[in-house]
Amino acid sequence: MAFDPTALPWLPPPPTDLRARARAVDGDDRGRALQQLATSRLDLSGVRHVAKAVKRALDDGAFAPLRRVDLAILAGSTVDLMKDSIVAGGARHGVAVAVHGVPFGQVQQELLDPTSALRRSPADVVLLMLDHRALPAHGDPATPHPGSAEVLDLVDQARAALAGRTLVLATMPAPPVRRFGGLDPALPGTPAAAVAVINPGIAARAASWGAPLLDLASVAAEAGTARWHDAAHYHLHKLPFAPDLGPWVGDHVGRLLGALRGAARKCLVLDLDNTCWGGVIGDDGLEGIEIGPGTGLGEAHAALQRYALDLRARGVVLAVCSKNDDANARQPFREHPDMLLREEHIAVFQANWRDKASNLVAIARTLNIGTDALVFVDDNPVERAIVREHLPEVAVPELPDDPSGYVATVAGGGWFEAVAWSAQDGARADQYRANAQRATLQEQVADLDSFHRSLEMRIRFAPFDGVGRPRIAQLIGRSNQFNLTTRRYTAEQIAAMEQDPDVVTLQVRLTDRFGDNGMIAALIGRVAGAALEIDTWLMSCRVLGRRVEEATLAELVRLGRERGLSHLVGRWIPSGRNGLVEHHYDKLGFEGAGVDREHTLWRLDLDRHEPGDLPFAVER
Amino acid sequence: MAIDTICSELTPIFQDVFDEDDVVVTPALTAADVDEWDSLSHIRLVVAIEAHYGLSFTSAEMAGLRDCGELAAVIARKTGRA
Repeated sequence: MAFDPTALPWLPPPPTDLRARARAVDGDDRGRALQQLATSRLDLSGVRHVAKAVKRALDDGAFAPLRRVDLAILAGSTVDLMKDSIVAGGARHGVAVAVHGVPFGQVQQELLDPTSALRRSPADVVLLMLDHRALPAHGDPATPHPGSAEVLDLVDQARAALAGRTLVLATMPAPPVRRFGGLDPALPGTPAAAVAVINPGIAARAASWGAPLLDLASVAAEAGTARWHDAAHYHLHKLPFAPDLGPWVGDHVGRLLGALRGAARKCLVLDLDNTCWGGVIGDDGLEGIEIGPGTGLGEAHAALQRYALDLRARGVVLAVCSKNDDANARQPFREHPDMLLREEHIAVFQANWRDKASNLVAIARTLNIGTDALVFVDDNPVERAIVREHLPEVAVPELPDDPSGYVATVAGGGWFEAVAWSAQDGARADQYRANAQRATLQEQVADLDSFHRSLEMRIRFAPFDGVGRPRIAQLIGRSNQFNLTTRRYTAEQIAAMEQDPDVVTLQVRLTDRFGDNGMIAALIGRVAGAALEIDTWLMSCRVLGRRVEEATLAELVRLGRERGLSHLVGRWIPSGRNGLVEHHYDKLGFEGAGVDREHTLWRLDLDRHEPGDLPFAVER
Repeated sequence: MAIDTICSELTPIFQDVFDEDDVVVTPALTAADVDEWDSLSHIRLVVAIEAHYGLSFTSAEMAGLRDCGELAAVIARKTGRA
């Protein structure tokens, strides 16, 4: 399925009990809860449930920290069905919108009659939305369509009549039917030619008046003109566009109103491995990551970097939040010739092994902005879920599996909407002088234990076998960071170990509610007297911080006991890249057993090991 | 039979669209029986049913249905279950 922005693919699916949750939103400051509910892929019924809860919060004066907007919509067609979508889109983008009713199809009367519903309405923001049906009939294709002057004149009247309020102008979607065909834009009397005059006229007015611009023509074009115009619904209900597009259109209005109230996001925070480049810098090294020309994947990641730089040029601050050693993480920024992003573009550079929610708090604090000003882009669904759970105010787009879709998805969310721009804005990112500095981590924000349990992790242990061998060989050949000994073995050597009675092998797979992580760890133990010596222990860094190490140790202990052994012997061999696991055995409760050359040795008595309560279902 | 099956499939859709946990779709159910069933909700209902079954209603179908029995019959026909 191609990228379909109208389905809001950058948002997670709504909770299955959305309706009950929307009803239950209560208390003094409901804004965050409303925003969290609205930040999901709502359909036409879903936006209604959220809109009702927003209305209650407005009635009770309990919508903080959302900011209030009183909106009236002046349109040629009925916009009643759009209202809930706008309210939900607004809540998603930081505003509580009260929509004030104005009769549709009477634009001029509403503007000119001082007693009209619009003129008497308390709305401080008025959206003027006209479509091609506002154009009068015009028979002569050769003379300019009078509709363009009429519509632009109406826009001017609106500005005069609504002085003191914010007038939001909307461009006009392309008409659904052509009169001649391809010739239409070449003939000044066609509706297509009229729209081609009207839209630049509206944009020019928005620029000179400083009026917010809703580029509905682009919105309709993205959906596709054929899908936008729904003749049946127009004929029956005078709907200006297909009703199922409502939530998407409402998001566009919502992001604009959010920007108008200063709630647009200010900072793009990027993960690194498999987000800014393909591969894992700590394991694949500078030569192994994919970035830039040469491969489709490298191009896709470069496109995301280019998008980030474009945002930075208009004033969005960039930051990095990555689980990595700091030196490894910075190396591509300093040394890779195809990196577009450089350290000087990054205001705060957080590369460490702590949870990302805590790091995002530290980034916001360093920049002196709220966490509600952050957009966090990470390819890893578990990291996204942790951040959404602990910092629901951070915008965290869902990403497609294919990095080619990253830019469209991140841009699609509309979190960096602007209502105006000046050259000073462009310089803003530079004014965060703390270039590439590291923020100080404070307390850990995440309650990880309950989160681990919510992941519904299933861990599966098995000895090496033929099916797993290619992946085992790949892990043994590639892993650098979480690799205690960095011993490399060929596939033939690995096959031989499977048959060796004195070798204990273990392959580990992990599944969670986000899907199958595949094989994430491999271990080799050698029986030596009463000891099981751990020859190899390596793991994918992707699953760090999920207690996989402890579960793996428990399995190793079980296997050792089964063989009647008395203790485990661990060894850390520094490789220059595995500083991450220097204290691995220490943390797991092993006792130091001396030093052999620069290796450290560790010992664990099997009868002293208590596995504890681990958040896994174990399968063998 | 198909009509009853479809009515029971429609029940959760109706409950969601009309935000009403107690509504149960039967062939005799009409707009008069459900508080929230006005012309706007009717459009929401049409959109939700279209999305659920992957079909689209004609103008005549949207305007002409008198009760849920007729609605279920149209769905049965369009999904090849009639």
